[in-house]
Amino acid sequence: MTPASSPTSENRALRRLSSLVAGRLVIAIPYAWLLVLFLVPFFIVFKISLSETAIAMPPYSPAFSFIHGIAGLWAEVKKLGFDNYVWLTQDNLYLFSYLSSVKIAAISTLLTLVFGYPIAYGIARAPSTLRATLLMMVILPFWTSFLIRVYAWIGILKPEGLLNQLLLWLHVIHEPLIILNTSKAVYIGIVYSYLPFMVLPLYSTLEKMDHTLIEAAEDLGCTPVSAFWKITFRLSLPGIVAGCLLVFIPAVGEFVIPDLLGGSHTLMIGKTLWNEFFENRDWPVASAVAIILLLILVVPIVYFQQAQARAEEAGR
Amino acid sequence: MNGRKWSRFNIVSVTLGFAFLYLPIVLLVIYSFNASRLVTVWAGFSTKWYVALLTDTAMQNAAWVTLRVALISASVATVLGTMAAIALVRYTRFRGRLLFSAMIYAPLVMPDVIIGLSLLLLFVAVGLDRGFFTIVLAHITFSMCFVAVVVQSRLLTFDRSLEEAAMDLGAPPVKTFFLITLPIIMPAVVSGWMLAFTLSLDDLVVASFASGPGATTLPMKIYSQVRLGVTPEINAVCTILIAIVTTGVVIASIVNKRREVRRLRDEQAARRG
Repeated sequence: MTPASSPTSENRALRRLSSLVAGRLVIAIPYAWLLVLFLVPFFIVFKISLSETAIAMPPYSPAFSFIHGIAGLWAEVKKLGFDNYVWLTQDNLYLFSYLSSVKIAAISTLLTLVFGYPIAYGIARAPSTLRATLLMMVILPFWTSFLIRVYAWIGILKPEGLLNQLLLWLHVIHEPLIILNTSKAVYIGIVYSYLPFMVLPLYSTLEKMDHTLIEAAEDLGCTPVSAFWKITFRLSLPGIVAGCLLVFIPAVGEFVIPDLLGGSHTLMIGKTLWNEFFENRDWPVASAVAIILLLILVVPIVYFQQAQARAEEAGR
Repeated sequence: MNGRKWSRFNIVSVTLGFAFLYLPIVLLVIYSFNASRLVTVWAGFSTKWYVALLTDTAMQNAAWVTLRVALISASVATVLGTMAAIALVRYTRFRGRLLFSAMIYAPLVMPDVIIGLSLLLLFVAVGLDRGFFTIVLAHITFSMCFVAVVVQSRLLTFDRSLEEAAMDLGAPPVKTFFLITLPIIMPAVVSGWMLAFTLSLDDLVVASFASGPGATTLPMKIYSQVRLGVTPEINAVCTILIAIVTTGVVIASIVNKRREVRRLRDEQAARRG
């Protein structure tokens, strides 16, 4: 210890140093993890989507390997091509899968909004003593397995299933409805599985709303319906956008629901990718399918991130 | 939203909503006690499908693998996710922060098939043998982002004056974190851990990509049986899983509520004293 530096100033310097190191580590460790296990894999997917299919393990001929030096690398780059992407445009299966995924996801997002809004609205208006319990009850199914919840619908929607048994018994219908293995079952499955993702953001915007605004509008002669559209609906738009993105983006790439409920006639891109990978064992084409799916979703994902960042700023 | 009565329309829509959410699960549980092999025909009460599970070693092995994967991945994901949340909330300016927050939020909505495929190709590229370990790595990667978001929301409402007081009194930052910050954000860290645990317990798609021939998780096992048809045994497995998760969540929320009540009482006492 030099006479110039008192123990406290040395302490302070040490503290600043430890704070700096701790701060760096807190950022660096999760950052490095996500770089290696989340970002880098996308580049590998892209790279493999450009390589040729081969009957081997792994079933592709490697694009870029550094064994042959720069000249070898250049030879490999020349071999790369967009053949797999050309292939995707030539086979209608892929185009139809993309279109039908986006369509099914969009319709089910809308349905989820229509069913979720009254629930969120009802919870937001519930007596404050009940609200926490109701909210907990919305979240609880989310904790139980996704696979199990989708599976539960098979027994209900089958031709000889519980729904048809009930409707036949009530004499509403005279022969069983065919719902399982059609796109109707997929809509039901998506709405059911993603409902909590819609209700929670809607609830959080509706709960914050100032009810006196509606009273003022009604006092000024607005009908309840137009007061709802002009005030409640408008003010809950951030919740609507967040809820719709939380449902739409994962629904486009959904695999379990179309696979278990949709049957072979319902095309969705998540299922096509899965089959390409596990059944045809065509990794390069599966990678190309994934890259195109990512391109379709990049706009909603970026929009979602910006909404999240804005919410984070607002919470600060 | 206050000031208006809970109208009949509100009550009906909430009730119908909950009926829709819970009826399928309730039916699944009821039919796991069905004596008939045909899942949709009721033939009396029986626990024989649960007894059958006792001898199903393949199912038990899968359950054991799943449990270990979930415990390890949830614990690592909680540490990494909490660090990420602190990085996001406390360090508003560092190089590459935009990319960092993008990498936190993107996995929340990214389709499972993309995450699974990309991780598999990474494991193959670096020559990692696929199995138990790769499933753990994959689960940590997506669940840490959910933990980060849960902990972040707690950190944002956090009163920093307590931390500042501790630092003024001479506590080094790391010590301040473990003595002051961590106990306060603990409920969020615990619910982050539980979320990561159930996400791991639940995952079929990413695990199918990331696992090799050696490791089969419970969802993979359930899925391969469901493809062969609905059977009462699967209903029984699902019922057990639902029971475990529901008990866990209910206990955790009661504990959390008690702690919250105690904290409020302590704060009031501190204000009076």
